Amino acid sequence: MSMPIKLSIDLNVNGVDYPVTIEPGRNLVSVLRSEVGLTGTKEGCDDCECGACMVLLDGQPVNSCSYLAAQAQGRAITTVEGVMRGAEMHPLQRNLLEAGGVQCGFCTPGMIMSATALLARNPSPTEEEIRIGLSGNLCRCTGYAKIVAAVQATAAGRY
Amino acid sequence: MSFTIATSIEDALAALAAGARPVAGGSDLVVGARHGKAPLPDSIVAIDRLSELSTITLTDDGLRIGALATHAAMMLDATIVASYSALADASALVGSPATRNVGTLGGNVMNASPAMDTGAPLLVFGAMVELRSTSGTRSVSLPDLWVGPGSTSAAADELCIALVLAKRPARSGSAYVRLEYRRAMEIAVVGAAASVTLNDDGTAGHVAVALTAVAPTIVAVGGLDAALIGRPVDEDTLAAVARAAAEQSAPISDLRASDSYRRHCVGVMARRAVEAAGRRAGGEAIAIPVNRAYGIGASR
Ligand SMILES: Cc1cc2nc3c(=O)[nH]c(=O)nc-3n(C[C@H](O)[C@H](O)[C@H](O)COP(=O)(O)OP(=O)(O)OC[C@H]3O[C@@H](n4cnc5c(N)ncnc54)[C@H](O)[C@@H]3O)c2cc1C
Ligand code: FES
Ligand code: FES
Repeated sequence: MSMPIKLSIDLNVNGVDYPVTIEPGRNLVSVLRSEVGLTGTKEGCDDCECGACMVLLDGQPVNSCSYLAAQAQGRAITTVEGVMRGAEMHPLQRNLLEAGGVQCGFCTPGMIMSATALLARNPSPTEEEIRIGLSGNLCRCTGYAKIVAAVQATAAGRY
Repeated sequence: MSFTIATSIEDALAALAAGARPVAGGSDLVVGARHGKAPLPDSIVAIDRLSELSTITLTDDGLRIGALATHAAMMLDATIVASYSALADASALVGSPATRNVGTLGGNVMNASPAMDTGAPLLVFGAMVELRSTSGTRSVSLPDLWVGPGSTSAAADELCIALVLAKRPARSGSAYVRLEYRRAMEIAVVGAAASVTLNDDGTAGHVAVALTAVAPTIVAVGGLDAALIGRPVDEDTLAAVARAAAEQSAPISDLRASDSYRRHCVGVMARRAVEAAGRRAGGEAIAIPVNRAYGIGASR
């Protein structure tokens, strides 16, 4: 049996380069959580269905459970840890808390990544556009209404 | 297992010649491996940095779409939206924003799923696939490319470079609709694309229809000319389209739908696609994707 060959690569996460040594087949979420040590990104289905693992690659949402970590070399990866403004929460984070858009919280990091990507390209989305923007993110607790309200409040600059 | 990132087409072709499999967005390849459908290949070459393969250009021969064009790019491209609307309809239905962001046209075509959404639009546009290997370039029609579910006639060392769609005549319109049980993260239960070119008197001059998820590959509906050419796109002609589509389908039963339900519904999808394509050919604007404008798919 041949030994698995490992790759030594740099991953740029939230503006910081992390050197990691990994098997080429590793998915991005596991490397973010285990090697990089950022556990904000969640693994739900591990099957590209739920969106808990959503991160941004060069500003665009990607399911990190189903993306090869090695393929993210040279790209800017943003995780939920990267949306904080220093020690301050991102307005969307505050609005999610205030609107009641967080219950168990497992979907929240993925929701935040999809919603911030949406707001970056469309600062005043309609409700329909918000629902399309979040259509790759499942929430089993909130019924979505309060998450949508939190995105609307953020777009309206309320926090 | 080995993994490299190609920085030029030549790089990628050399890697393929040495036995590597290409990964573009990975939304079929990597997801399939996580599903346990097939393990990841032993040797992978990432082709997603080859920006020369993501361009969409109108030429004298028609529209050339690079294999790496993403669904997100295609659903917003002004030429595709205006002149190859069925393809924009299809791309706009794929997965979620994240799926559309990574998923590519080349990946969709080479994955050769009978439920792929861009397939029926590409077939009605008479698209040709450009394949390249270290020994040269060739152009293949889609019926020659797709040989069965998940299987193509391309050699393992051939890279899909682009799809070339035929030039659109004046007074043409197209549309793609699919039956879906939810509005996102869905696979077509069945689907249909149509392209309609109208004569000056408003009757049909040319009609092409292709079907999704009712056969081992995407299939074209044959023999429509007698029922349609020179006739208005009306209740009678649409009923003939629905009958022909249902008769020519050979669907399977699975957990998503029975064969008889698929057969009935593909007729309904085909008539709606022709109706929408006819309206677009007549100059009416129907927003992308037609599925939403027609209220197909569960509402939230
Ligand atoms: C959650 C989810 C939802 C989805 N929804 C839909 C949907 O609604 N409709 C739909 O049609 N599809 C859907 N898909 C499937 C998939 O997203 C699309 O087929 C997509 O277009 C594949 O592109 P890719 O670049 O990710 O392919 P990859 O996974 O990178 O590649 C797919 C296959 O094609 C080969 N390949 C890729 N590029 C080339 C090339 N240039 N030359 C030669 N071979 C190549 C690869 O080796 C592999 O075998 C969905 C997938 C997921 C995960
Ligand atoms: S863990 Fe990635 S989509 Fe569910
Ligand atoms: S808050 Fe529990 S899944 Fe969304």
